[in-house]
Amino acid sequence: MAHPETSASSSAHAPHVMPLSTYFLVFAALMVGTAATVGAAYVDLGWANNAVALAIAIAKATLVVLYFMHVKENTRLIPAVIFSGLFMLLILFVNLLADYGTRGWLGVEGR
Amino acid sequence: MSSESHGPSDLAHHFDSYEQQKESATLGMWTFLVTEILFFGGLFAAYSLYRSLYPEAFRAASHSLDIRLGAFNTAVLIGSSLTMALAVRGGQTGKPKTTFAMLLGTLLLGSTFLAVKAVEYADKFTHHHVPGPSFHFEGPDAPHAQLFFSLYFGMTGLHALHMVIGAAILAFMLRPALRGAWTPRNHNFLEGFGLYWHFVDLVWIFLFPLLYLIGRHH
Repeated sequence: MAHPETSASSSAHAPHVMPLSTYFLVFAALMVGTAATVGAAYVDLGWANNAVALAIAIAKATLVVLYFMHVKENTRLIPAVIFSGLFMLLILFVNLLADYGTRGWLGVEGR
Repeated sequence: MSSESHGPSDLAHHFDSYEQQKESATLGMWTFLVTEILFFGGLFAAYSLYRSLYPEAFRAASHSLDIRLGAFNTAVLIGSSLTMALAVRGGQTGKPKTTFAMLLGTLLLGSTFLAVKAVEYADKFTHHHVPGPSFHFEGPDAPHAQLFFSLYFGMTGLHALHMVIGAAILAFMLRPALRGAWTPRNHNFLEGFGLYWHFVDLVWIFLFPLLYLIGRHH
């Protein structure tokens, strides 16, 4: 373990700072994404309407997480924690929809 | 270690370095946010299930929401995320005035969002779209439209509660911000609150298309 004095006097004094332009670019992209979501909702794409809306939302969320929430600058521990949470969410969705999606299969009344 | 030169809140004695202290704070905050993902995730799962079971009711009920107010609020919330990110940047670069101004901007934008939400809720009450004994819906499949509005109030209500808590914390952060409580070496509280605020923005990024934009082309 490094001595506190040596490690504290090194890079900790100057944390990496993202340029202002990055923040404004991300903000602009998020606004464009919002307009795109609204616009796409008025076009009849059939089943793809949902997919497009979700894809835009996921893209916007990724920008927020990577840049506004600085995950791009974090150690890889943080993405590991985030993906563990998303994996639990996936289990929740898969099991719930697998349950309801297969209830008619047994042919039992009320199941 | 010359611990007298900076106060006890600067580098806690159980940390070796500022990096380690910052990483611990970030990890702790993200652990909390993962529980929040699953907290909201339960509601998103219920929404997905019932929307797949009653698509007609959900479409009709969704059309009664005001898309302009929803889109306006989305823009307001994204703007507040920008000001929040700039407030944290003010901490990183040691600019208390920037942090103060940006936190104030975040508070104002957050309050704007809540005010618009209040207008929308009031509109639901006048049109009897609030689930309960006096619920009335003109469209097809009114009972399941009521399910949509239950989810609408549950999800936006939980989201708004997070905003109210966030706004209250923001109000208490203004004075320390001006005092320069957050420095390039230690702005972990500011950064942690920023993560919370951005998370609330993330939830809305999904809520807006899911609640307001179902089958608008019909």
